[in-house]
Amino acid sequence: MIFDFLEVLVNAGFWAATIRIACPLLLATLGELMCERAGVLNLGIEGIMSIGAMVGWTAVYMGADLSTGVMAAALIGAAFGLVHAGFTVYLGASQHVTGIGITLFASSIGYFAFRLLLPSSTTPPKITAFQPIDIPVLSDLPFLGEAFFQHTAFTYLAFLAVPFVLWLMNRTPFGLAVKVAGENPMALEAQGIDVLGVRTLAVIIGSALMALGGAYLTMSAFDAFYFGMVNGRGWIAVALVIFASWRPSKALLGALLFAGLDAYQVRAQQLAGAIVPYQFFLMMPYLLSIVAMVVAAKSTRYPKALLTPFRRGERH
Amino acid sequence: MRFEVRETIPQWLPWLAVAGAGIGTMCFAAILIATAGASPLAGFKELFIGAFGSRNAITETGATATPLIFTGLAAAIAFRAKFWNIGAEGQLYAGALAVTYFGTGLIELPSFLMIPFLLIVACVAGGLTLLPMVLLRQFMRVDEVVTTLLTNFVIILLVSYLLDGPWKDPYSLGWPQGAAIIDAGVLPQLVPRSRLHLGFAIAVISAIIIWLVQSRTVFGFSGKAVGLNQSAARHAGIPVTKTIICIGLLSGGMAGLAGASETIGLKGYLTLDLSPGFGYTGIAVAMLGNLHPIGVIFAAIFIAIIYVGADAMSRAIDVPTYLADVIVATTVLAVLIGLVLVRYRVVMRG
Repeated sequence: MIFDFLEVLVNAGFWAATIRIACPLLLATLGELMCERAGVLNLGIEGIMSIGAMVGWTAVYMGADLSTGVMAAALIGAAFGLVHAGFTVYLGASQHVTGIGITLFASSIGYFAFRLLLPSSTTPPKITAFQPIDIPVLSDLPFLGEAFFQHTAFTYLAFLAVPFVLWLMNRTPFGLAVKVAGENPMALEAQGIDVLGVRTLAVIIGSALMALGGAYLTMSAFDAFYFGMVNGRGWIAVALVIFASWRPSKALLGALLFAGLDAYQVRAQQLAGAIVPYQFFLMMPYLLSIVAMVVAAKSTRYPKALLTPFRRGERH
Repeated sequence: MRFEVRETIPQWLPWLAVAGAGIGTMCFAAILIATAGASPLAGFKELFIGAFGSRNAITETGATATPLIFTGLAAAIAFRAKFWNIGAEGQLYAGALAVTYFGTGLIELPSFLMIPFLLIVACVAGGLTLLPMVLLRQFMRVDEVVTTLLTNFVIILLVSYLLDGPWKDPYSLGWPQGAAIIDAGVLPQLVPRSRLHLGFAIAVISAIIIWLVQSRTVFGFSGKAVGLNQSAARHAGIPVTKTIICIGLLSGGMAGLAGASETIGLKGYLTLDLSPGFGYTGIAVAMLGNLHPIGVIFAAIFIAIIYVGADAMSRAIDVPTYLADVIVATTVLAVLIGLVLVRYRVVMRG
């Protein structure tokens, strides 16, 4: 029995599933991380993922090709990022309430539009989603090939987002400005850089990444759009950002660790299903996120200006 | 013409902003109805007939407003102290679990004792569900937004487990629902042969009590001070942690009452679809009520009209029912804009 639980770990399917589950979390976590590094908490994440999932899928269903669908999802995410920034950065409205408002709005308008475009379909229609691509040579490796090199283009793209965000944050003047905007906006202002503009751009890019995380669900992990399919992944990403102490590389680690536990949970459920009710396994991701936050809490050092609106010419 | 920051905001102005936000939202709803290919005027007519047009419609609106008053109070109480309790949905189910545990035969009391007893246990259950998150925030600086949100999922899964297994009513023909609440524990109807029950009156009375507590007691003042500036409140000698803990218990307790009133008032037993997101809608109710307990009553009735009316409208003219959720969400954002704008005034010269 114990042996069965360990055997899961040497199963290539388990590792492949871990990679798949990590993708939407990774994209969403990186997106939230960008926003928070700039000093803006974006609780619109859950709704932005939902509308990204809906728009990307619908674009493809309406006849666009997959890459256009991905672009459409990123654009709708960016648009909601702009709305969030308009409220929180320019108007100085509460970041908490704005975020919850955006989540409620983005998911409900997405459902409304989905029902308008596809009225009364009982069985959800499907699209031809991203197909697995075998990476030459590597995909033929025993075990490693099946686990890591037979994924969809979207999956590879999601993992490429990590070096992209690392490069953006650590190697470009924009990234430096984002970090200063989140730590000490006055210093940025003193350099003659537009704090509000930098924050807005960071929220737009971050929100586009979140929407891609949602689109991954409908365009790569599954091939249909369901109501409530994001199912708390956005909130888990917010927890992962804290767990990762706002570092992209640790976000990758966090997303993989989390996805691994989730993938393991599904397999353990099959092994122990008769003894432990499945609901307890489904609780694990949410409980683990809370535990991760508590563990990280001691060493947590929030970006100093997180939640603080910046007004030109005012002292803080 | 330019904008200038006001030094003081007249008390009536935020209410004007809230009313303006309500009107703005309805204009947006009109656009959506038109997008769906229906006439906005016909749509609003169906909406109001659906919410007011008959005795049945009015009582139905009242019945829907009941849980929304409770969850609206839960959000308003917490948000006023800048404690972001987004977990009302989970606390609602905790209250429902508590009344199901005690109210299905474990304890039998005469009605005038049984009902208050069930309301108290639901209130305690809701408060205790929130308590760990309050303590984590105050003592370990763990962000309460995420912990309260995630707890919602955990509690709903717990309800699902209980209704699938140990608490499943054997007479429910396979549906996952709890055993019936004993007769002594069921809230009486306010209007005969309707779904409007005593819970509505209890909700309104709760709002009034909370308003009195907030405006007339030291605790109410402390809560406001903590919300405005926690460190200033601490310097002024206000026991911040104690205040936040009490506010958390009260906020969770109100959400627990929402679950109790739905279980022992509306349905008579626990189901997994007891709440179609009342906990989240409560945030919109609180915002529209300007975080004021009396405002919450009217905001809850307004949003209940939207929900009940939009349901009728969608049946009559084929607009997706999700319109109601869109309207509720738009309300939150519109109120936010309104409350920011009242900080400024327009100066014509200069």
